[in-house]
Amino acid sequence: MSLTVRPLALAPWALGLGLALPIAAGLAGTLAPALTGGGFQSLVDWPGLPRAMALSLGTGLVSTILSLAITALLIGCLHDTRGFSMLRRALSPLLSLPHAAAALGLAFLIAPSGWIARALSPWATGWTDPPDLLILNDPMGLALTAGLVTKEVPFLLLIALSVLPQTDAPRRAEIAAGLGYGRAMGFALATFPALYRSLRLPVFAVLAYGMTNVDMALILGPSLPPPLAVQVADWMADPRLARLPTAAAGAVVQLALVVAAIALWLGAERLAAPLVPGLALRGWRGRVLDAPMAALARASGLTIALGLGAGMAGLTLWSFAGLWPFPAALPDSLTLKTWAKAAPDLTATSLTTLAIALAASLAALALTLATLEAETRRGRPLRLEGLIYLPLILPQIAFLPGLQVLALVLGAKGSAATVAAAHLVFVLPYVWLSLAPAFRAWDDRIGLTAAAMGASPGRIFWRLRLPMLLAPLLTALAVGIAVSVGQYLPSLMLGGGRVETLTTEAVALASGGNRRLIGAVALMQMALPALGFGLAVALPRLAFANRRALLAERRAP
Amino acid sequence: MSGLQIDALQIDRAGIAMARLTAHIPRGQVLSVMGPSGSGKSTLLAALIGALPPEFTVTGRVSLNGRAVMGLATQDRRIGLLYQDDVLFPHLSVAQNLGFGLRAGGSKAERMARIDSMLARIGLAGYGPRDPATLSGGQRARVALARTLLAEPEALLLDEPFARLDQALRAQIRELVFALAKDLPVILVTHDPEDARAAGGPVVDPMGSPLAL
Amino acid sequence: MNRRAFGKTALSSLALMAAAPRLALAADWDAVLAEARGQTVYWHAWGGDTKINDFIAFIGAEAKARHGVTLEHVKLASTADAVARVLAERDAGQTTGGAVDLIWINGENFAAMKAEGLLHGPFATDLPNWPLVDTQGKPATVTDFTLPTEGFESPWAMAQFVFEYDSAKLPAPPRSIAELAAWILANPGRFTYPQPPDYLGLTFLKQVLYGVLPDAAILQAPVDAATYDTAVAPLWALLDAIHPALWREAKAFPENEPALGQLLADGETLISFAFNPGRASAEIAAGHLPDTVRTFVLDGGTIGNASFVAIPFNAAHQAGAQVIANLILDPAIQAAAQDPATLGFQTVLNLAALAPEDRARFDALQLGLATLSPADLGPVLLEPHASWMGKVAEDWAGRYGVAP
Repeated sequence: MSLTVRPLALAPWALGLGLALPIAAGLAGTLAPALTGGGFQSLVDWPGLPRAMALSLGTGLVSTILSLAITALLIGCLHDTRGFSMLRRALSPLLSLPHAAAALGLAFLIAPSGWIARALSPWATGWTDPPDLLILNDPMGLALTAGLVTKEVPFLLLIALSVLPQTDAPRRAEIAAGLGYGRAMGFALATFPALYRSLRLPVFAVLAYGMTNVDMALILGPSLPPPLAVQVADWMADPRLARLPTAAAGAVVQLALVVAAIALWLGAERLAAPLVPGLALRGWRGRVLDAPMAALARASGLTIALGLGAGMAGLTLWSFAGLWPFPAALPDSLTLKTWAKAAPDLTATSLTTLAIALAASLAALALTLATLEAETRRGRPLRLEGLIYLPLILPQIAFLPGLQVLALVLGAKGSAATVAAAHLVFVLPYVWLSLAPAFRAWDDRIGLTAAAMGASPGRIFWRLRLPMLLAPLLTALAVGIAVSVGQYLPSLMLGGGRVETLTTEAVALASGGNRRLIGAVALMQMALPALGFGLAVALPRLAFANRRALLAERRAP
Repeated sequence: MSGLQIDALQIDRAGIAMARLTAHIPRGQVLSVMGPSGSGKSTLLAALIGALPPEFTVTGRVSLNGRAVMGLATQDRRIGLLYQDDVLFPHLSVAQNLGFGLRAGGSKAERMARIDSMLARIGLAGYGPRDPATLSGGQRARVALARTLLAEPEALLLDEPFARLDQALRAQIRELVFALAKDLPVILVTHDPEDARAAGGPVVDPMGSPLAL
Repeated sequence: MNRRAFGKTALSSLALMAAAPRLALAADWDAVLAEARGQTVYWHAWGGDTKINDFIAFIGAEAKARHGVTLEHVKLASTADAVARVLAERDAGQTTGGAVDLIWINGENFAAMKAEGLLHGPFATDLPNWPLVDTQGKPATVTDFTLPTEGFESPWAMAQFVFEYDSAKLPAPPRSIAELAAWILANPGRFTYPQPPDYLGLTFLKQVLYGVLPDAAILQAPVDAATYDTAVAPLWALLDAIHPALWREAKAFPENEPALGQLLADGETLISFAFNPGRASAEIAAGHLPDTVRTFVLDGGTIGNASFVAIPFNAAHQAGAQVIANLILDPAIQAAAQDPATLGFQTVLNLAALAPEDRARFDALQLGLATLSPADLGPVLLEPHASWMGKVAEDWAGRYGVAP
């Protein structure tokens, strides 16, 4: 027994160091050049700095507030309705959509020459040429904010649904309703405060992502100037090689900006905290709010689902389109030419992407399982949540450049393995968040019953716990694959341009505007995670075709 | 010394005694521990099985057929456990559930034969390939019992094993349990005096004081 | 011996005289070929255009078949990514076995890498196909943005700036920068340029400079800080005037050449431009542009330059990279590149120096609907000194890069 327990006891350390070391090394590697070479001076001299910082802060804060509000609205007003269960089923596919693909789909939809304008032209708008409207890449970052919201609501919704049972929501809702409160008001006063406590770290992750993402901002965001993170990434690639200290200084400012935004958020929390008891004291039941709030919830839920769905459909259609001039709502002809031409490249790129995703996800799964099992045998919960969220809250742009130099020093040239290792840092948190609740919720009495029959901890783990958790296990793997497929900056920076993934390819093409090819690459980008989620649903059904209890336990997503 | 010998077993939580017991339970005897829920009955069982959460401390000695068991891991104590829920493994068939319980050793054919004969003893001959989820509550309880006994425990702990069954089934399953476990020392935890009466042995509360029914 | 001098002499000398050294050269090259066989060359090249990507794949197939060299196209969003990579490698002390074997490069990136000593060479003038390059008629093949290449990069395609327009919607396109400005003001929202520091966007600004400077010759010398502000004032004046009438009122710009081309294809703009005289024809052939699109140049001529390949100092597969650089200069490959159906790039070779059968390959090409004949393309203006672009890009960002 000691032989199996000892290495396992190291698992939490391996997981913790696996997350903390690359981040610490990357931060150090980024900070060092910022302090030398006059980086800060040239950063301050850049006329776009105030606006780039404002854009980062603005798009990040607004998209986070909107995402949180819509998530609360959906859960508070629509939970347990038919529309909600439909949305719930759509969550996994929506969530598995890589950010770049979602942004491209949205861009195809809302651009002045996009599908919406085509569908309404010329009969409703009179446009025979695309109107000269500033919808995409607007200087205020509105399109970017909208894109972020459509992608972050599914994420927050998923986390909220997974922690909702801990808040005892149905009972709280019943009590509030029994006291005569309207649904929305009852939720706001009785359930939301408890729910929000569990949502805090995910909200910070959303905030940090919104402020610092590069791929979505490249596609939807402004460029006069771009948000700070995009500019930093740009400087890192600037031909005037002297720009690197500026980039490092920018990364430091970006990091400080995220820290400041979180501090700002915490301050706002303090100010908002007395609102709930204040409202409760007034005792206003707010039943008149229910109808408009529910309508608003339905509208926003529908807009997000339809926006992403139609975006995907548009990408698909473009990949098969022949000539498709404005304002035709549909292509003049359909052709397989794009796919036939792209097939060899696309196959190779897809296989690389898949190999990296599988390696990173399987490693993350193994680490997560080992750590959770170590926790089980230790008998006391591990407090890893703060660390788990670290890679999600720290801006990628702040530590990836340092990591890139570190990889070079270690001789780990841009290989798929290096990229997979970098992906692990970002895949691990999601795999953990996806698997840990199910793993911890496993009925301990099963293990105890088995132990009482003489089964060793190893036998219980391999023969009982793992097979019974097959469905959440595969879901976690699919989540890991989706996260890995969607990674842009880590693939770009640690791949050294040599490792080509579907996402680096999609973003590179996005700058080019070949909609047909973009459609094809984005479609493959969606297909890999979708395949993963499809298998995660199908395999347990096959394996447990004759095991009713396990199928009944499965809940979407 | 054969049977289950419990000497000055005491379980504390934050300095407060939760349960206390001194008893000798020879083979074939059932000791009933009775009390309302939350009174420390389950804590007692957890201590005996070796699954006490870390916030509890335990003192005293327990030996089973002369073996000191308190220092052992759960899987080495050879104390079987039955819950009020049957806790069948949902991903395994009925036969596979029993096979999991059956002590290692023997050829595949021998093992299958033992499983089949056990199924016959509990009146479920031919149920081996079934999905446990398709069985009735009474059938599941019998499978759980059979699985526990196939592990050849030297003592049996019953945690309200009949609580979920309806009145008619209850008597039937109770009889089966006591019949099949007639060679083992048994501790029965219950809040139902009817169970304790049917068990026929001594009755105590979680602090070890004898109770009259 | 001085091989470069020899190479030039050999062109005009008797074969007999050259026989012995030529053998020595051939032996050198055979050694390169032998070393290259089995190598995998990582060519870092911008990957935003499928036609170029396909062409690079075609070169890869030829390299495999002819020389047993495997070519991997590392598709970049920006050439600077590869430059940064090599720099990072040098900073990390990696002087051999680098990730980048070959870079598609020119202008600023070349200047930066050469100045930092990041390039292997000189190698270009030793390539067996080098004597075919038209260094006389196309001086841009040895002068990259006024910087002599000195054999540190090898040319592979000529490019010239041309405007594109839809003749069905615009019968008479403007012929000068002033006429273009007037047309823009009369047709608001129908013209734009890629956002500097994009290469094509900057080239447009250079074209404007040629159009508004009283004395364009100053562009061939490094920027003179004392006179710079006065010199470029007409450029800013013109941009200030036309920006409110640009696409999206100049509050957003397309990112690069393909994005600009897509705007023309979508009908969002009516006049566009490219750094490739054959692009429009190729896009028409591919069904991406209506067949009424045509090209035009300005009366005083338009800017032209060459695209090059260079080999980093620490490239892991220098032999293979040289084999690829030489293969691109092969007449059959060059003719394929000039074919509008594949790429439509202008060749760097001196057609007069080619063997008759190779020359015939070029004569047989159909230039395409929208491509101007070499005569109609007009004079080629030289690229300004690289310092102009750095300064203009910086000032552009200061003036227009921060939305009001």
